[in-house]
Amino acid sequence: MKILVQGKTQGIILKSQHPINFLGTVDKKTGIISDKNHELFDKSIKDKILVFPNGVGSSVGAYTIYSIKSNNVAPLAMICHKADLTVATGCALANIPLVIINDKEFSSLQTGQKISLDTESFNPIAFL
Amino acid sequence: MELTREEESALKGEQGEIMQMAYRILLATGEATDADKLIPIEWAHLSGVNYNTIGDAGEEFLSGISKNARVKVKTTLNPMGFDIDNVSNYGLDDNFISKQLSIRKSYETMGVTPSFSCIPYEIFDIPKGGTQVSFAESNAAIHANSFDNLKTNKESSFSALASAITGKSPYSSLRKEDSPNITIRMKVDNPNELTYGMLGFFAGKVGNNSVNISGVGEMDRRSCKALCGGMGTSGTCAKFLFGDGDSGCEKVDFDKKEMNEIHDELNTAEKGDLITLGSPQLGLEEISELTGKLKGRSFKKRCMIFCPRTVKEQAKKIGYTNELERAGCEILADCCTCLTPLISKDNIDSVTTNSIKGAYYLKNSNGVDVNLKSLSQIIKDETR
Repeated sequence: MKILVQGKTQGIILKSQHPINFLGTVDKKTGIISDKNHELFDKSIKDKILVFPNGVGSSVGAYTIYSIKSNNVAPLAMICHKADLTVATGCALANIPLVIINDKEFSSLQTGQKISLDTESFNPIAFL
Repeated sequence: MELTREEESALKGEQGEIMQMAYRILLATGEATDADKLIPIEWAHLSGVNYNTIGDAGEEFLSGISKNARVKVKTTLNPMGFDIDNVSNYGLDDNFISKQLSIRKSYETMGVTPSFSCIPYEIFDIPKGGTQVSFAESNAAIHANSFDNLKTNKESSFSALASAITGKSPYSSLRKEDSPNITIRMKVDNPNELTYGMLGFFAGKVGNNSVNISGVGEMDRRSCKALCGGMGTSGTCAKFLFGDGDSGCEKVDFDKKEMNEIHDELNTAEKGDLITLGSPQLGLEEISELTGKLKGRSFKKRCMIFCPRTVKEQAKKIGYTNELERAGCEILADCCTCLTPLISKDNIDSVTTNSIKGAYYLKNSNGVDVNLKSLSQIIKDETR
């Protein structure tokens, strides 16, 4: 596991098997996914632990992450399979905990599970 | 990542809040790219300019940091939301215009060159081969790595901003001599710029950091830009090399089937209410070519052309502007199709474009349908 942005939180997982292009896919005022082709279409990422493979596309997606945090509609934390700079720097500036996990860990996480995330802990992800 | 004593001190906040923020961003960037140190960069190109994309939170953030932040290296800027010369024709509200001008002012205060262009590689001199830069605009990062012999990550708005303020960036694999582990074999015959855009979109989906592309012949500038634009939209991939790659490379074909899947994903209308050209913005060469192709014909519907201001000024001097306006084109500097506030689903149902990048964002962000056509097809069908 790789820790990109430190923090501690707990909440319910919302998982996507597909990457997210934050710009143009996530509504920055509501935190709702607006891309009809995306598997999380119409779902809100607010106060969830957002699990997804990685961010893709526009570099401005970092501002979208900063905006959803400023508008109080951001996820509590993000957990990705692959690191990308849009998500890494967006979370760094917005202070949203972000960790990168391996294949096996990624498949073990499912929508609806309640977990705690503590980047200081020996086992950062714990099922509740 | 190893930091020098001075860098550590900046991270601790001993050099002020701005430097601390910049180093926090660089640290996350370094961890994300497995870099072991920071190295100097010579040119940063920033995204996060259009009020339509960064919103109030972005505008307030930039206004706040511009009080103290100053760029340390040459820094250029992506397009904003409109062309001030003709913004009154497009019904934007006063709030949008004033927030956009505030963003412009913040960047200028920080010492950024207000170039408002997503094609810095076409309007500025390219530094010598191997020069380290930090380009946030995704098509520009890919173009810089693949065609201009420069080195950059596919930076985010914030990593490029942090690089501009510190003059540094993590020494990631893309900044070294990396070799792709995947080769895309282009199998589609007689490709045009639309085909290359879809090839790029496909490559972005299957590639990671970089890909090889084999089976492509000579490409014109429009096709090169389309390839970079498509690739930047769909993935994290920041570079391609032409060729077969090592024998160990995984091979993936891009054939009619793969192309049709992307076409079906992005093409949602049989025809458009208006036409947009540019995403990436058009350079002088493309403007000249378009003028030549029109040969006295006129568009049957509105056609918006997006280009950098320097290109608009040159086009005017040479006389292209007259000819394009005669043909019914609206020429817009400083802005682009991608995330434009000038096209609203309130009065437009569908847009015809030859840009895969434009199509993706028109569909997802503007919420309009898209009709994909190559430029030659557009001229054939949409002019008389």
